[in-house]
Amino acid sequence: MTAKEDHLAIPPASTYFMVEEKETEERHTLSVVVDNEPGVLARVIGLFTARGYNIEQLTVSEVHHDRGVSRITIVAKGTPHILEQIRSQLRRLVPVHSVADLTLDGDPIERELALVKVKGEGEKRVEALRLADAFRARVVDAHTGSFVFEITGKTRKVDQFIQLMKPLGLIEVVRTGVAAISRGPEAMKV
Amino acid sequence: MADESEHAEEMTGAEIVLRALKDQGVKDIFGYPGGAVLPIYDELFQQDELNHILVRHEQGAVHAAEGYARSTGKVGVVLVTSGPGATNTVTGLMDALADSIPVVVITGQVPTGLIGSDAFQECDTVGITRSCTKHNYLVRDVNDLARTIHEAFYVATHGRPGPVVVDIPKDVQFATGRYTPPQNVQHKTYRPQTQGDHSAIEAAVRLLASAKRPIFYTGGGVINSGPRAVVALRELAELTGVPVTSTLMGLGGFPASSDQWLGMLGMHGTYEANLAMHDCDVMVCIGARFDDRITGRLDAFSPGSRKIHIDIDPSSINKNVRVDIPVLGDCGLVLEEMVRVWKDGGLSMDREALSHWWEQINVWRARDCLKYRRSDDVIMPQYAIERLYEATKGRDTFITTEVGQHQMWTAQFYRFERPNRLMTSGGLGTMGYGLPAALGVQAANPGALVIDIAGDASIQMNIQELATAIQHQLPVKVFLLNNNYMGMVRQWQELLHGNRLSESYVEAQPDFLELAQAYGWHGIRCTKPADLDEAIREMIEMDKPVFFDCRVANLANCFPMIPAGQAHNEMLLGEDEKDAEQAGV
Repeated sequence: MTAKEDHLAIPPASTYFMVEEKETEERHTLSVVVDNEPGVLARVIGLFTARGYNIEQLTVSEVHHDRGVSRITIVAKGTPHILEQIRSQLRRLVPVHSVADLTLDGDPIERELALVKVKGEGEKRVEALRLADAFRARVVDAHTGSFVFEITGKTRKVDQFIQLMKPLGLIEVVRTGVAAISRGPEAMKV
Repeated sequence: MADESEHAEEMTGAEIVLRALKDQGVKDIFGYPGGAVLPIYDELFQQDELNHILVRHEQGAVHAAEGYARSTGKVGVVLVTSGPGATNTVTGLMDALADSIPVVVITGQVPTGLIGSDAFQECDTVGITRSCTKHNYLVRDVNDLARTIHEAFYVATHGRPGPVVVDIPKDVQFATGRYTPPQNVQHKTYRPQTQGDHSAIEAAVRLLASAKRPIFYTGGGVINSGPRAVVALRELAELTGVPVTSTLMGLGGFPASSDQWLGMLGMHGTYEANLAMHDCDVMVCIGARFDDRITGRLDAFSPGSRKIHIDIDPSSINKNVRVDIPVLGDCGLVLEEMVRVWKDGGLSMDREALSHWWEQINVWRARDCLKYRRSDDVIMPQYAIERLYEATKGRDTFITTEVGQHQMWTAQFYRFERPNRLMTSGGLGTMGYGLPAALGVQAANPGALVIDIAGDASIQMNIQELATAIQHQLPVKVFLLNNNYMGMVRQWQELLHGNRLSESYVEAQPDFLELAQAYGWHGIRCTKPADLDEAIREMIEMDKPVFFDCRVANLANCFPMIPAGQAHNEMLLGEDEKDAEQAGV
């Protein structure tokens, strides 16, 4: 092997230099104010898939009908460097008005809603009702053999409630994803 | 003008398109007709203000528009039909996105009632082009059409420039609606920051003044920003005496004849530029984005330096390399303010440290990293470009390239003095870019000398555009470095894959002279170094398209080169002996 070949024998033989991320991942809640125009959600989601970012939850709804403005709440996971990139890449999208990292800015109020269907008889049925009461979940549908509970709260509370319902006859769950807002008198820039 | 909007003019969608283009100052458009844009083509036929250049493939139209935009700073405009017309633009759109080139592409679409029905020549154009445009639109109401086109021009040119698609269903082209002039159109929210933060600029200038081993690392942002940025860069460089290097995209932003010029940096950059980047203590990155072809191994990239990054795109800052002082804004405005702060503060560099730095740089320069073995028998590709440069340096020459070895040799051996004179596919690396781009440059600059420095593999990716040059009397030159290989692929295979030349030899090469002549071009072939100057002169002096088949050494490699996973100070220099031997010299 000549000196030159030796010099070049670096695995892997690639035209790219590959890096591994070493920082630890964090979970942040972002609020994104956008024009409510066709394709805007696809643009936001496309950004996450194209750049390989992790999106855990996404909630979107129009918030100012007259101005045609929607607000998207995104729970994303990544290293601080990736989260910084997510914020600036979102800001770069043309229909995006503003982006706030609620987790960075403080301790935001976060709520999500879940509808939880539980099927059970006798003691299990009573236990489910009792637990629902303790979690302040409301019964929104009742049959002789089943309930649908509506529960609102932080993600962890909802997770916990669902865990407890499992042995009591959990049938199915639907969740809205998080809606989040900052504390105090300030509004987010629209 | 207010009067005009109150009593808005009524016209058809197709008329609105042409009126909007004219009001945006468009003179030339590149396109290809088809079913879903026939109403617009019908309007084009009935007017003579807009000049339409008929390409032979829609990809060529976008590259031509890119060449047009890059050589003038104006927006390049494309008009194509739905379905395949739109999908054929995708490579060009991605190319323009990667290199930040302002292009507006108007695509026809099937009538709104048929959208979603899998109609003939229907495709989800906005869906397909969403990730390869800066922004895109589907216009469903003719009354939104004028505003949307004006907004498309605004978005394409403001902030970091890029391509914008406007998809117009055929029924919207036929429908009658109101025309809104550009003066009344402002984007609701998109207002990129152009003026840099003053305290960040002051901090940057102070850091620069404290440097002992500074460097300016400049990029395409300087050229995109416009002539003011080029003037301000030169002024700041002269005030401070700092060495300047540039990316491929930034070549011409700083004159190659300056003593302060180190040549291009990066994978095939010069020894002095890369070592200066590695050893500097203060780096000022101006309109560049720390691309992987520039940084090499990230954890060994310029380890001892503090970094200032001036960029208009916030997502470019801290993306690949963490910087100490980010300055968000337009390079031209920021550089002008840096010059002002420098002068007002009566600042000066540490002259002694700077002269030591230059001594070190001159030691690196003395290595003469672009040296290659000359030959009397075979034309070395580097020699061909050197001779082309010598023959054309006296006139205002525009160079385009394809992608590969010839592109890197052009960057190394052709010396660019002015901005907007090199059009090359930097970010995406699109083979087949150079010929259509040259046509766009020539359309924008009639009378100028426009040369596509090409490779024999790349040129065949858009060879059909030879016909466009003849039809529209665009006297471009193709200067083909013909080595019968996909040269850069072959070089990587030689260096990294045990010289197993998998599919990189082009066996069934056409006779390029006969091919060019069949299209109506003049053909020149040159095989001997001694004949080269005369042949180049013949090419330049001919006022028609000329295809120059320059037969060069087949196996020459492009050095210097930073191999994969290596740092700037671990670059491979040309082993001219071995290289020459291989090349059969």
